[in-house]
Amino acid sequence: MSNDIKLEIRNMTKKYKNGDGVENINLSVKKGELVTLLGPSGCGKTTILRTIGGFLQCDKGSILIDGKPIEHLPPEKRPTAMVFQSYNLWPHMTVYENMAFGLKLRKIPKAERDRQIKEMLELVNMSGMEKKYPGQMSGGQQQRIAIARSLLLKPDVLLLDEPFSALDAKIRSQMREELRKIQMDLNITVVFVTHDQEEAMAISDRIVVMNKGCFEQVGTPSEVYNNPVNRYVANFIGEMNFIELADKTLAVRPECVIIRPGGSEGIAGIVRTIMVLGHYIEVTVSTEYGIIKAFVSAESAEAFQPGEKVSLSFLKVHEFAKEQSAS
Amino acid sequence: MIKFLNPKRWYYLLGRKKFTELIILILFIAFFYGPLLHMFMLAFANKYEVPYVLPTEFGFKWWKYVFSQRSLVSSISLSFTIAFITTGLSLVICLPAAYVLARYQFPGRKIVMLSFLLGNAFPQLGLYTSIGIIFYKLKLMGTFPGVLIIHMLGSMMMMIWLPASAFRSVPRHQEEAARDVGAGPIRTFFHVTLPMAWPGIAVAAMFTFIGSLGENQGTLLVGLPKYRTMPVELYGVILDYPATAGAVFSLILILPNLLLLLLMRRYVGYETLAKGFKMN
Repeated sequence: MSNDIKLEIRNMTKKYKNGDGVENINLSVKKGELVTLLGPSGCGKTTILRTIGGFLQCDKGSILIDGKPIEHLPPEKRPTAMVFQSYNLWPHMTVYENMAFGLKLRKIPKAERDRQIKEMLELVNMSGMEKKYPGQMSGGQQQRIAIARSLLLKPDVLLLDEPFSALDAKIRSQMREELRKIQMDLNITVVFVTHDQEEAMAISDRIVVMNKGCFEQVGTPSEVYNNPVNRYVANFIGEMNFIELADKTLAVRPECVIIRPGGSEGIAGIVRTIMVLGHYIEVTVSTEYGIIKAFVSAESAEAFQPGEKVSLSFLKVHEFAKEQSAS
Repeated sequence: MIKFLNPKRWYYLLGRKKFTELIILILFIAFFYGPLLHMFMLAFANKYEVPYVLPTEFGFKWWKYVFSQRSLVSSISLSFTIAFITTGLSLVICLPAAYVLARYQFPGRKIVMLSFLLGNAFPQLGLYTSIGIIFYKLKLMGTFPGVLIIHMLGSMMMMIWLPASAFRSVPRHQEEAARDVGAGPIRTFFHVTLPMAWPGIAVAAMFTFIGSLGENQGTLLVGLPKYRTMPVELYGVILDYPATAGAVFSLILILPNLLLLLLMRRYVGYETLAKGFKMN
């Protein structure tokens, strides 16, 4: 076994009374890697995260950090730190007290505590906020402090449960970048949970795409984007056009669709809408197979008008076998 | 200025409907607060004799008189002692139960919560009579623990429902974050859960204190003849002492209530109280 595997989950099963949950989960996370569990609500990603953190007991299987099993330990004894989606900071304590809580438990002397807290606040761009209360800060600021508090404990694995979901879009992308930078600088192993595939693609070393308690695909963002193994992954990650044929389904990314005026070679269609999205244009075309979306550059889009006859061809096509039932 | 106090002007200002409502409100307030005001007046009346409608002299004569009566003074100190002990014991016993009821879904949980309403759902004297029978068997009649038990029984409902709702309103993530950071369950309870739940608990404690001060029927049954709290003494005071002394004694009984009510309004607010009785 490679000795730079930080976290390993072996054959883990956790089922709830109503049948939801996860079964036979196997995952290895290398030291310094950021792995994202990506999927819709109810797919089991938070279940796995909470089992690693110790807030849920797994029915079967084991969880190992640095080769040592931890599944029987309570949360306070595990070398993990968790950042929740909200309600991280204790509202009746100042920022300093929030951060010092864990350090005091580890009997770190005051001068050292002050120093570490000051350093950590600088790292997350929140210097000088020691005496503020969480209620006086915005959501983004609170999450920064929450991350700082977790990092102070020097955890072996940092767990993040959709930490940016409650923030607005601009702050979200900023926090994403900051987190990734801190993670890479400190070489911390991170397990990140989100339902936002854009977020997963932006920051992960590897993505685990989940659905209904199962791993659909595990791979780097490029692998998952360029080579989705099944229709579910193809649909979940990025935008995808699906063409249903009698015996199989074809899938094409919008940026791989070429639009040519006229109706000569390729699939014939009529331009439906043209939406300017900034540095590229989204053109939808109605064809006999349904509506096909294409991304074109701003210059080429000038050639098209709604209602015009065009023909489509594809640069790269994925093929999926027809599934028995919708999954 | 004075001419605007003429009721006829009010009639034309408000219109018939509102004027009638105003009259009814004034009558109601007079009916409601009249006796209280009368009592205030009596308590400070040095000289109140027949031909005069109002006291001729005001002062603290009757206050000095009350505080010179040993049995009355000892009943005051007994009432407060019992109130403090009741509140303290109730907190120690009921808070852990409230926490369990708030956080853990065990079968029969709703029944357990409803059962705490039972003590207050029936006429008290009926309950106390049956308690009296049990106490006689257990030789608790006329003992201090017996009186304490009676007082605590009356506080159960408040001390379970309000803190349970307060604990439930503490977001789970806050507690989990404390565990995650390295605190054990006990430390988490005292450093995170309790400080965040204290408004609801404070309200419950205040209700318990006030309730214990006012507890009379049960204490009458169990405490006599040795343990006489203020309300128990008050039954006798009405018969044996002049009305002015009775007024002083009643004021001493009411003052803590007033004080606590003011504190509650200032520091806690009505939502905590309203949230306290949600059941889910």
